[in-house]
Amino acid sequence: MIGAPIAELGAAFRAKRLSSVELTQRLLDRIARLNPVLNAFISVDPDRALADAKAADAAIAAGAGGPLTGIPVAHKDILATAAMRTTCGSRMLANYTSPYDAHVVEGLARAGTVLVGKTNMDEFAMGSSSETSHFGPVRNPWNPQYVPGGSSGGSAAAVAARLVPGGTGTDTGGSIRQPAALSGICGLKPTYGICSRYGLVAFASSLDQAGPFAQTAQDVALLLNAMAGHDPRDSTSLDRPAEDYTRMLRQDGGARPLAGVTVGLPREYFGAGIDPDVAKAIDAALAELRTLGARTVDITLPNAKLSVPVYYVIAPAEASSNLSRFDGVRYGHRAAKYDDLADMYSKSRAEGFGAEVKRRILVGTYVLSHGYYDAYYLKAQQVRHLIADDFRRAYRTCDIIIGPTAPTAAFPIGAKTDDPVQMYLNDIFTVAANLVGAPALSIPCGFDRNGLPIGLQIQGDYFTEAKMLDVAHRFQQATDWHRKRPALAADTD
Amino acid sequence: MPISLADVHRIAHLARIEIDAGQAEEVRAKLDAIFGMINELAAVDTQGVTPMAHAQDVMLPLRDDKVTESDHRSLYQRAAPAVEGGLYLVPKVLE
Repeated sequence: MIGAPIAELGAAFRAKRLSSVELTQRLLDRIARLNPVLNAFISVDPDRALADAKAADAAIAAGAGGPLTGIPVAHKDILATAAMRTTCGSRMLANYTSPYDAHVVEGLARAGTVLVGKTNMDEFAMGSSSETSHFGPVRNPWNPQYVPGGSSGGSAAAVAARLVPGGTGTDTGGSIRQPAALSGICGLKPTYGICSRYGLVAFASSLDQAGPFAQTAQDVALLLNAMAGHDPRDSTSLDRPAEDYTRMLRQDGGARPLAGVTVGLPREYFGAGIDPDVAKAIDAALAELRTLGARTVDITLPNAKLSVPVYYVIAPAEASSNLSRFDGVRYGHRAAKYDDLADMYSKSRAEGFGAEVKRRILVGTYVLSHGYYDAYYLKAQQVRHLIADDFRRAYRTCDIIIGPTAPTAAFPIGAKTDDPVQMYLNDIFTVAANLVGAPALSIPCGFDRNGLPIGLQIQGDYFTEAKMLDVAHRFQQATDWHRKRPALAADTD
Repeated sequence: MPISLADVHRIAHLARIEIDAGQAEEVRAKLDAIFGMINELAAVDTQGVTPMAHAQDVMLPLRDDKVTESDHRSLYQRAAPAVEGGLYLVPKVLE
């Protein structure tokens, strides 16, 4: 049962049918065997993981454990850990170890999880395929010739391959939801401000948000409980009463648990450009939700199509500012040869950053440069407001918004690396939630003709994570898409 | 307006990223394609629309004017490429 969801593993620990040390050791063995194929992990620390697991077993034996005690997890390598290096998938930080833990890392450690390793990703989280890492591309567990999605592709692949039952990612334009969809698992981007960004290496500060990956909506809720919470070290962390994100899941819903839930279907998410297999899977999921009692209404998000151009102004602008800190002085790569200080900066940055990161810094520098600010940055912030207004209007007539997470299932490695604009269009359905700051979740809902997973995106208004997770949970109680595992994980039953 | 090679060199200098002559044209072509997509925004009527800087309409919190941090200099400098006597070393900027 080492491939079981977190809730079942926790129950097995408490019933003494399995120990955390036993589970952790078996997962470490699988990582040693499969990571050479998947390249999901950048760092793994077996000794530390087993020490954590031993401590967790002691806590469980003493009756002191919680629902996450002894559960092995992996963190995206953009979340700072004092115990292991934090590379951001970049040559710039290939040997960097943070002096402190990120807030969400602390939260999951406090909850008793076992830190197994740090996962591979697009460099500085800039990408939709996990191909731009200095440590090589991540491969999709369903077919290693395909990408797992990105940028949090390492965590998504690790959870999909049942190398760990849960993990963390970060989502600036879809970087949790899109890899969750392409890898056949669940991933949630919370409302902006729910998970502190302390120790999350900044890409675009007004959009970045950490969130969990797991097999089920219930597990996502358990992980979010440990990751959320106010943190004065992040000035954008929201000071709200603590929430139990599993509270609605525990209620008995009866035969029509979604009665009273109105699902908005944006006309713009069901048009041209959607792969027919994706459209079919989404339609089938909607039929299931109606059977469970939900009502669907057509809505319109007329400015949603502008999300991608808005995003590719705002995110690079913030990135160009955030990544100016990498200058070869205080941390990170420093060129071996240079003439003077300015040359040291330019060469260190040219050598330390990969092509996509440089491209985005250049785009951001351009849109913020003298004479262009109003035409690009200010304009984008105005259109961002129009997009937020679309969602505000939509939530007057529906509780949640549903559509595909991505227009297609996974694509082959290398298929889009030469065409940045094609790569960016993968984010067409995911970026709006970041621009608006609202929560969004992807759950598996089918497979395409190549046997690759398809994701259903559930978007909600601010602070409605518990409701969205409830809808996902009811769907998962009635279906078994979330139980499907890739062939290479067939040994984990 | 298309992105020119002069634009590429100007912004690369501003961003302190060295781009050698051999790469400049490829960088230019890709940036030009990206701006082709971004330029869709120009056609949107945004007259009178307030720019949205942030998702939540909240005031940034203020903390008490008290010293709360202790000295972490040596811990933080462990990650630096070159330090001496608690200072970061860089090439000479004054003769």
